[in-house]
Amino acid sequence: MSTFEALAGNEAVATAMRQIDPDVVAAYPITPQTSTVQKFADFVADGLVTTEFVTVESEHSAMSACVGASAAGARVMTATAANGLALMWEIVYIAASSRLPIVMSLVNRALSGPINIHCDHSDVMGMRDAGWIILFSENGQEAYDNLIQAVRIAEHPDVLLPVAVCQDGFITSHGMERVEIYDDADVKAFVGSYQPQWSLLDLQNPMTYGPLDFYDYYYEHKRQQVAAMEKAPEVILAVAAAFNRQFNRDYGMFESYRLGDAEVAVVVANSAAGTAKVVVDQLREEGLKVGLLKPRVFRPFPAQEMSAALRHVKAVAVMDRAISFGAMNNAGPLFLEIAAALALHGERMPIADYVFGLGGRDILPGEIESVYRDMFRAAESGRVEQMVTYLSVRE
Amino acid sequence: MKIKMNGYRLDKSMEQSDEAEGLQIEIHGVHPMDGLLRTDRLPHIWCPGCGLGTALTCFLSALGKSGLNLDKVAVVSGIGCTGRVAGYVRLDSFHTTHGRAIPFATGLKLGNPELKVVVFSGDGDLVTIGGNHFIHAARRNMDITVICVNNFNYGMTGGQAGATTPIGGVTTTSPYGNYEYPFNVSALAAASGAVYVARWTVLHARRLERSILEALLKPGFSLVEIISPCPTGFGRRHKQREGLDTMRYYHEHGIIRHGADPRETDIGLGSVVIEGKFIDIDKPTFLEQRSRRLEQVFSR
Repeated sequence: MSTFEALAGNEAVATAMRQIDPDVVAAYPITPQTSTVQKFADFVADGLVTTEFVTVESEHSAMSACVGASAAGARVMTATAANGLALMWEIVYIAASSRLPIVMSLVNRALSGPINIHCDHSDVMGMRDAGWIILFSENGQEAYDNLIQAVRIAEHPDVLLPVAVCQDGFITSHGMERVEIYDDADVKAFVGSYQPQWSLLDLQNPMTYGPLDFYDYYYEHKRQQVAAMEKAPEVILAVAAAFNRQFNRDYGMFESYRLGDAEVAVVVANSAAGTAKVVVDQLREEGLKVGLLKPRVFRPFPAQEMSAALRHVKAVAVMDRAISFGAMNNAGPLFLEIAAALALHGERMPIADYVFGLGGRDILPGEIESVYRDMFRAAESGRVEQMVTYLSVRE
Repeated sequence: MKIKMNGYRLDKSMEQSDEAEGLQIEIHGVHPMDGLLRTDRLPHIWCPGCGLGTALTCFLSALGKSGLNLDKVAVVSGIGCTGRVAGYVRLDSFHTTHGRAIPFATGLKLGNPELKVVVFSGDGDLVTIGGNHFIHAARRNMDITVICVNNFNYGMTGGQAGATTPIGGVTTTSPYGNYEYPFNVSALAAASGAVYVARWTVLHARRLERSILEALLKPGFSLVEIISPCPTGFGRRHKQREGLDTMRYYHEHGIIRHGADPRETDIGLGSVVIEGKFIDIDKPTFLEQRSRRLEQVFSR
């Protein structure tokens, strides 16, 4: 029997971790992730999980411990944010290239400097080429659901890649909401037990992780990471389908909200998508045909499916909570990806980028509404007035 | 009686009592430390009962007495409650990333050797996530002064266990008591090669100020460890609900023992707190060593 609880996003994630009961958790405190691991420490102390919990001395050590434990055949989880992720950097790549199914709760926060502890997506966007599967979550429920699914996605023999589950720092991580918590036994049955195929503790079949790998085989190993990414969408969708059967919540590569007959669309990830839905509903009441596409799976990027979902709209605005400095027009990473996807799949509607909310700056419904109204003008004229707009910034 | 107001309203009763005592007072609304503080950044973020205010006051007071040219003093902090110091001092300062204050300071010193470089940060920053830099700067005898405010936990993030948390210490990540062996910050510095090591609680403010002054004037790697209350993160979980409770604890448990063997100054839960100047030796600094070596090589 599932229950409904009032939980902050971090508590929902910690609850999922309790239900998953991983073999090893190694983590280091960083705002705004801290309360996840803090809550989990309570579960460990109270004997509600059998996890070996290590409070390491830095995030670099946290990810290193995760890599060691995962290579030993354990089911491993960690949680971090922003500079914590940045400090893990070296090992983030090693986790993916060693094909270790580590699951990380990533609470999105602005990267320093200057120092800022509030939400934006500069942290996760930095890891987009690291070889991890990346899932976005609009709210605590999705963070909880995604974390449970992440275990099965990561450990699937066709995938064997680490997964990062994102939620917005403070907005989601500390915002208390109604979250459906499924029955412990059901979650345990859903994630099953991890059967590592190549465990360092398998003494009958000794092996090595991470040895020198030069021009002889390094390239082949990189190609195998691509192969795993290629197989991931199928697995992600199969896990989502199984999840839907078990828990009655439907997940795909992305969510289309009132998009089917929309004339203009906004693409925005994580918590701001929740605000955008309110705006969509309001504008629909005015009779304006607006829709929303909310990315869930950012890596692997569902370019073809997204292009198909947006094919019929007359203008697209992407909202980015990060900047790719020096990229084309200094746009955000999500825009660059979607613009490329639409162009390569033959869609030529006007597309604009709206950077917003850096360092935790609030995004208001009125601002999202102005984006939609811009898009109606673009749809009419057939071109955007400005390719990249930085919303609510002092210029 | 001449009273300068400078925008501040004078309490009437105060005026009368001052007149009664015949005192000449100047009410100017300026704190004695204001010249060294970025007052536009105040009020600070530190909790009531925290020892950081005292620690900062002692530092600024020692700095004032040191005779150092303040244009040549730089303060470097890492992350955490103590890390905010860099933002509050009206000096050249750098608020760096978590654990990296010492490498930044090292670069600063090597790039501009005439600077007096002070690292002002917490135990979580300096000996936990940044522990490697701490021991190596001491090993090299890098010419910097490190002020480490030790409150036995990660205060800023809400009171987690770190490398200084005593065995049995209750924190949010050790709810039934920590079981990892902790670092003794002073002993770590001494063992790594520091030329000056002193430890004081914030209760012993004058002695603390004096030690900071000595450390500032000492060539080489000097460490002043400041034991500080953290009622919000640590104290309240150890029957010290308010900063004052911890100050009473220091009063009852503080033992001044100059020259104590740092290895015998471990701080346990409920144990005595041995304070004093533990190490004060002379040894060529990193830069002196380098110059010497190069002279030897090129004079051959």
